[in-house]
Amino acid sequence: MKTKIAITGMGIISAIGNNVAENLKSLEAKKHGISRIENIDTKLKDEIFVGEIKRKNQALREELNLSKEDNFSRTSMLSLIAAKEAIKDAELNLDENSSIGFINGTTVGGMDIIEKYYNDFYDKEENRHYIHIQDAGSNTNLIAEHLGINQLVTTINTACSSAANAIIFGARLLQSGRLEKVIVGGADALCKFTINGFNTLMILSDEHNKPFDENRKGLNLGEGAAYLVLETEKSALARNKKPIAFLEGFANANDAYHQTATSAEGKGAFLAMKEALKMAEISPSTVDYINAHGTATENNDITEGRALQRLFQDKTPEFSSTKPFTGHTLAAAASVEAVFSILALQEQKIWPGLNFTKKIKELNLIPQQEVKTQKIEKVLSNSFGFGGNCSSLIFSRSH
Amino acid sequence: MENLKKELKEKIIEALNLEDLTPEDIKDDELLFGEGLELDSIDALELIIILDKDYGIKLDDPKKGKKIFESIETMANYINENRSK
Amino acid sequence: MNTKKCFINGMGCISAQPTFENSFLENPQIPTNVVDFEVVKPNYKEFISASALRRMKSGIKNAVVASSLAIKDAAIHPEKIEAIITGTAFGGRQYSDEFLKRLVDYDEEYLSPTPFIQSTHNTVGGQIALNLNNHAYNVTYVNSAAAFSSALLDALLYINTAQKSNILVGGVDELSKKSIERYRLVDHYKLEKDKNFDILKTSSTGCFPGEGAGFFMLSKNQQENSYAELVDVQMKNDLKVEDLNQFVSSFLSYNELSIKDVDVLLLGNNGDENFDYYYEKIENIFTTSENIYYKHLFGDFPTSSAIAFWIAAKILKDQHIPEVLYKTAEKSQQKTYKNILLYNQYRGKDHSLILLKNV
Repeated sequence: MKTKIAITGMGIISAIGNNVAENLKSLEAKKHGISRIENIDTKLKDEIFVGEIKRKNQALREELNLSKEDNFSRTSMLSLIAAKEAIKDAELNLDENSSIGFINGTTVGGMDIIEKYYNDFYDKEENRHYIHIQDAGSNTNLIAEHLGINQLVTTINTACSSAANAIIFGARLLQSGRLEKVIVGGADALCKFTINGFNTLMILSDEHNKPFDENRKGLNLGEGAAYLVLETEKSALARNKKPIAFLEGFANANDAYHQTATSAEGKGAFLAMKEALKMAEISPSTVDYINAHGTATENNDITEGRALQRLFQDKTPEFSSTKPFTGHTLAAAASVEAVFSILALQEQKIWPGLNFTKKIKELNLIPQQEVKTQKIEKVLSNSFGFGGNCSSLIFSRSH
Repeated sequence: MENLKKELKEKIIEALNLEDLTPEDIKDDELLFGEGLELDSIDALELIIILDKDYGIKLDDPKKGKKIFESIETMANYINENRSK
Repeated sequence: MNTKKCFINGMGCISAQPTFENSFLENPQIPTNVVDFEVVKPNYKEFISASALRRMKSGIKNAVVASSLAIKDAAIHPEKIEAIITGTAFGGRQYSDEFLKRLVDYDEEYLSPTPFIQSTHNTVGGQIALNLNNHAYNVTYVNSAAAFSSALLDALLYINTAQKSNILVGGVDELSKKSIERYRLVDHYKLEKDKNFDILKTSSTGCFPGEGAGFFMLSKNQQENSYAELVDVQMKNDLKVEDLNQFVSSFLSYNELSIKDVDVLLLGNNGDENFDYYYEKIENIFTTSENIYYKHLFGDFPTSSAIAFWIAAKILKDQHIPEVLYKTAEKSQQKTYKNILLYNQYRGKDHSLILLKNV
């Protein structure tokens, strides 16, 4: 028998709020979190817009009761905040013997700290302890330790689809019977490394990002973290915990076209969506809302759009990209948008795609621009990344 | 102009790590993209850096590079007309 | 549930030893006067086009070659590969360090895109998929010393449930001068003065950094040339040494084995006096097995378990343990090697057990 994957908790921190409730409030009020960058002193500060969390590292550290010697990068602090909220929401008791897994997604790990102290490490001893967290996994290990998780812990980096693949692996671990509960998601903080990296690719917009618009100029980077608690339905029932939603289907496919660009017809995107629908055993017409990847780069939106039109023919359901709210949070994007998808199911509301004015010439796709209340049973969420990594997730409503 | 072309060839070989090539292997009118040298979109971004760093020319839209980077000839002409260093 | 067995049908290994040739440590190169274990380079041009090579540093090159070797070895058509799963803790670390250095030294000016694109971990898996024109499931695990075992576990879940039949899985990491320098500042790596140090005499801190790539074709179908069976993988993020016994015994009993069923114990000793006591402890548990090690020949890197995996599969197929791997001069006269258990940890974290069985 198929193991049903229940979602029993979620947590988030993004440019539009420090927790689930705040994020929901911003979505409902169409209040975006895009601004000029304040926390990082970068030469690009007047050229780009970002989805920045307006809290300094010191404030995050204080909220988490961490000391400066605790080795936490900004990314890991964001992780800890969102993961703690998810654990609380799921009413999990993390005692030392709990066999809860933790699958994290991150692209930068401790990069924000390494770039900051890059030349100081040799002369000064005081910041050297941060060297321990220069790789992604050490950050995850540290988060796990603070959460009291010591069993199956791992990290995925498939660029912008990292959290989607963390969710998929977590679900498969539950289906295999190896775990009953697993915390899955991703986190990335803004840092100079990523900002400058995307800048060299010339895909950063100097305006607020406008997905699926003919005159889109590129993406705004964002930062954030979001986690879900996945649990077998049986485990949730056994402890009388009502699921907040279910994960019905998922798939991962590779575009295998180019290191950074996607194929003209969006082959990887098409395959991922198609396979996810197949696993959920539903037809395209039963999808009520699509939370698109929609980064607002020229390449992504046209190819994702073509893949949508191919799969849904001329009946593409209501869709939008929520990146105009949060910016593109990279490794966290899929889990941030998983939270938004679950909120759509809970509130029976479709979230608007902001900043849209003109349809892409080659496509017949117009994103929803208002908060629209309607019956929503199933949501499809897309996340695609460099290296051709494409993943799609399907969430369904908990009744 | 001839010096600029030779200089450009050397810079391109270095920036794009075309270690099997010498400047003599690249003809002035040879296509850089598509056929000829078979460069791709990532190379185009590298060429934009060369324009900026060595000749003080800023391209804000990579699409503009298409005509400029057609060949060494077109690139040298564009640099000649627009350089600020 | 009817669990499908998982067979190792093809292997490719690039390491500090000439492992890419069809030999098994017959002429091991005993490293002298080195602190970093670089790979013995294959002729990359035989495997990779010049236009692709110009954007590749050693890790991705080694991964592409090792994966090609594994696919060829298993004689499988690339179209039939249903998943490409990579473990790499450092990803494109040389490019990452290059981008970081320019970023800091040139104050965010004139940065070039190639190092950024090639720095990200999933470039390896992406590049392999691109070369093979393969659209299948593609994931990259990056959790330090658990990166390769995570990749193996992912593959095993798919094969055991028969959801997929043929999977390419591998581990790869590369040396990078700048990162090594930083890690040396905090005792991860041994110093110049430790050259020629015997890693079994654990009286200095850190390990000898190495690099390499091991890729494997796993399948639910046994072939005539199958090397071995991958029975199980278990990971534990954090483990107190006193809980090691429990970790090992529950793993073995889950797989219906006892301590004395394990013929060979392949250990990850790396010569770090602060953490090698885990290996001492496990050797005290396994008193009848032949205990061997490998990092004295390969150095240590987060995905070095991929090298150990290659060694274990070789031993099971050849029914022979190269002399150079023995920890002590005393060897028991084992007739057949049936079960090999791999145990690894790094700095007390990311403990993994990998069990292989002969076919």
